[in-house]
Amino acid sequence: MTSMTITEKILARASGKDQVAPGDVVFANVDKAMMHDVSGPGAKVVLDEVAKEKGEIKIWDPSRVFMAEDHFVPCSDVQAAGNMETMEKMAKDWGITRYYRFGKGQHGICHTLATEDALVLPGEVYTGGDSHTNTAGALGLFAVGLGHTDLAYVLLNGKIWFRVPETILFKIDGPMPDHSMAKDLILKIIGQIGVDGANYKTMQFAGSTVTEMEMDERLTLTNMSTEAGAKNGIIEPDEKTFEHIDSRTQEKYTPVYGDSDCHYVETLNFDGSKLEPMVARPFSPQNVCPVREVSNIEIDRAYIGSCTGAKIQDLREAAKIMKGNKVKVRTEVLPAAQSIYKKAIDEGLISIFVDSGALIGPSTCGACCGAHMGVLGKSEVCVSTTNRNFPGRMGHVESQTYLASPKTVAASAITGKITDPRDLSGKM
Amino acid sequence: MITKFRGRVHKYRENVDTDVIIPGKYLKEMDPLKLAQHALEGLDTEFVKKVKPGDFIVAGRNFGCGSSREHAPIALRYSGIKAVLTPSFARIFYRNAVDGGHLIPIEITNETYEQIADGDEIEIDLEKHTVVNITQETEYGIKAFPELIMKILEAGSLFKYDQMK
Ligand code: SF4
Repeated sequence: MTSMTITEKILARASGKDQVAPGDVVFANVDKAMMHDVSGPGAKVVLDEVAKEKGEIKIWDPSRVFMAEDHFVPCSDVQAAGNMETMEKMAKDWGITRYYRFGKGQHGICHTLATEDALVLPGEVYTGGDSHTNTAGALGLFAVGLGHTDLAYVLLNGKIWFRVPETILFKIDGPMPDHSMAKDLILKIIGQIGVDGANYKTMQFAGSTVTEMEMDERLTLTNMSTEAGAKNGIIEPDEKTFEHIDSRTQEKYTPVYGDSDCHYVETLNFDGSKLEPMVARPFSPQNVCPVREVSNIEIDRAYIGSCTGAKIQDLREAAKIMKGNKVKVRTEVLPAAQSIYKKAIDEGLISIFVDSGALIGPSTCGACCGAHMGVLGKSEVCVSTTNRNFPGRMGHVESQTYLASPKTVAASAITGKITDPRDLSGKM
Repeated sequence: MITKFRGRVHKYRENVDTDVIIPGKYLKEMDPLKLAQHALEGLDTEFVKKVKPGDFIVAGRNFGCGSSREHAPIALRYSGIKAVLTPSFARIFYRNAVDGGHLIPIEITNETYEQIADGDEIEIDLEKHTVVNITQETEYGIKAFPELIMKILEAGSLFKYDQMK
């Protein structure tokens, strides 16, 4: 038998095969599925059509499905509210009990909930109706985003087709300097390979820099594998993975690892010790340069939010910089889940943000996708911990977003200009 | 399945992303005709005025990058677009186009992309794997579809393919 990568092994197991190779098309059984308030109502439209022909439909396994209200909550208008009513009906009709509702206990951004509450486990196939479903791959599973027709198909059949992807191995070694974060690393990678650099492929991250990272940081890497076009991002599980999961769930799982001699279509090496703060300029995540190259640019807004940049470690790093300082521009902080919000309160981070003058928002997608709660005006320039800066992403089509790490965004909020956290002391 | 299509070309750049195809603020909308009114709004506000049923988009590589929103191929479909021709698609957009039965995603070479001009009239032949440029009186090849994709396209969508099995 030929050796396989972790992604190939998971897909082989899920499709009942001993062996798969890149390029094979398989129907894989799905272990978990997710939908939110955009993809959920979309999937319902598709399933309602199916029901017209088949009569009443039943979804394959409600216990393997979870739903989150995150994009348009608290409801921005009656249309959004109507979609939440649709979600409520779906949960009831289909018997989905893992349903995260804003203002009702734990809630937040779907991808954050998936890992924060360990809803998905190493070795699994996890499909979600959102492109950043990739995020959960940091726990050693095949996590992949789908549109709502595919999602509806999964809900009905518990399986879906995949072309087995080639894997690119990103091997990053060396101790990461204090001023850098995983965001700087993934921006550097996307700057190098481009927004289609990993199209149809797997981005696997390994090396001592990754091993040393906390889970929250690893999640930033897999989250933005989407911005390089990857089918999935993945990191082989280790002690930190097991600790993360076992402290959150009793569920059993079987970790999967690639064979030591498995084939990667390409291996790209990076020196983690040489990382410096990076930024993606408008209007593409591949428009990457060191923060210091654009440090004269004045900003109107600073945004700390999203599944990429509002996990507890992101908030901790931002708070360290903001402590005792006042923000010069309008700054928003939206913790990515209610449990993170609570931790941020317990650790005193929220007080630091409020004392600095920032606004604290609810745990939702907020302005990340230009939906509501802080969208950008025509002439506004924003530095943001989110993952995309295409035209109109966060508001007006001419508004400008610079993507950066939570440290860089915090430093910039204080100076009113895009600022490398290393250069902060002289400017305060 | 009809395998020949004729229409006019709307030509765009590379990396046309889902945020410009249909901005995030419209994602609450489930009515495809309403989505179509905002198709490509972030890139070309004239598009919805000039597009005719059966037209094509010819674009640079990585078409449809960004989000998983199926609203993107739906908005294009209901605006009248039949097929998108590009050197490469972003993966979720490609899946959505095929599985949802919204658009025919056709892969062409970079040279073909360079040669086709905005406003050209072209005819796509899926059986012969060719594009005839009627305006320029030239012909180009297109990439054959993988077996499963062809079957889903023939059936009309992933669900229809399933019923046929
Ligand atoms: S926070 Fe932004 S990137 Fe993450 S799921 Fe929400 S809209 Fe998508």
